[in-house]
Amino acid sequence: MKPKKKVEKIVFQSEKDVPLMPMSLGSMLYNKTGSWRNIRPEIDLAGCIQCGICWKFCPDISIEIENEFPVVNYDYCKGCGICAEECPTKCIAMVEERK
Amino acid sequence: MKKEKTMKLSLPTEELMGSGHLACQGCAATLAMRYVLKALGQKTALCIPACCWSVIDGPFPHSSLGVPIFHCAFETAASSASGLKAGLEMVGDMETTVVAWAGDGGTFDIGIQALSGAAERNDDIIYICYDNEAYMNTGIQRSSATPYGAWTTTTPVKHFKNRPKKDIDAIMAAHRIPYQATANTSYPEDLFKKAKKAKEIKGTRFLHIYTPCPTGWKSRPEDTVKLGRMAVQNCIFPLYEVENGEKYTLNIKPREKKPVNDYFRLQGRFRHLKEEHLKFIQAEVDHSWERLLKLAEPK
Repeated sequence: MKPKKKVEKIVFQSEKDVPLMPMSLGSMLYNKTGSWRNIRPEIDLAGCIQCGICWKFCPDISIEIENEFPVVNYDYCKGCGICAEECPTKCIAMVEERK
Repeated sequence: MKKEKTMKLSLPTEELMGSGHLACQGCAATLAMRYVLKALGQKTALCIPACCWSVIDGPFPHSSLGVPIFHCAFETAASSASGLKAGLEMVGDMETTVVAWAGDGGTFDIGIQALSGAAERNDDIIYICYDNEAYMNTGIQRSSATPYGAWTTTTPVKHFKNRPKKDIDAIMAAHRIPYQATANTSYPEDLFKKAKKAKEIKGTRFLHIYTPCPTGWKSRPEDTVKLGRMAVQNCIFPLYEVENGEKYTLNIKPREKKPVNDYFRLQGRFRHLKEEHLKFIQAEVDHSWERLLKLAEPK
């Protein structure tokens, strides 16, 4: 697995810290969109045929390929369910989020 | 679980778009951006007017994209991109692809003057319109891309939209631009191929990408990809390319043309439509499909 990038929200302490040119300084990775989720996808790898369709259609890029198998990154998955709907073997189940 | 098969992915794994963006659940506009950036690569600059993507990208000073973005005024997507390209050429950068990335409101209604100007000058830009068929960012107002019969907040059920969608592809074909294509996020390989092809061509290139929007269409988020596929199979949104405004190529010809009803039943914005409306829509779809088939016929 790739080492997770350290991500922090950029906060300016005073007006002097704000750059003169309004440009982006950091990524949105600080925004853990996983908290938006009501249902979570769970992949049953026994039925996986490694087609990569779940990876291809994920709008949140939260399905990663690890050792040739898909793995869900629950930090960012918004629980839209496209992966479960599009999976050709239906081995992804959407289960109620447990707190 | 031990399988000795390696994964064959149909798209490159390099991502220029990051997670953590602010799109709704099941948003297809993010998919469109993801595939296009995979095709265009790191040497790309985007001009984004007011549209969903100006929000999805994230608040200052953060950005979820790995390429430079210029947020411009609503009507100036194409002219900003033309200017950006001219500026890059002045400093000797000839290889960066400049992309104007606008929604359907910024293309069909507000940005059409700038787009027409850029197409007439044949500026070396790619104009990409992701079409979610209304002003979704400001709260689902009617645009000229909204199809016949759709509910929006400005065309309520009692007075639903009674005009068909504007045929932007015919307008762009009339400009005789070198390359234009329609694409769909449910067919990523096709979209990827078209974006790659557009990158290689010089002059104004236009991509019209169909992106279902669960929030505005009142559909289930998991149906996003299914809806896009249905729109192609029903011939509501056919996939084709046009070169120099003359050479039409049909990319996907459905084996059997399915009736439009299933597509309409999945979307809450069409719930009020009666059988006679659907018949009228079916006739319109058949008519435009026949016309396209005639255009795409080998001469």
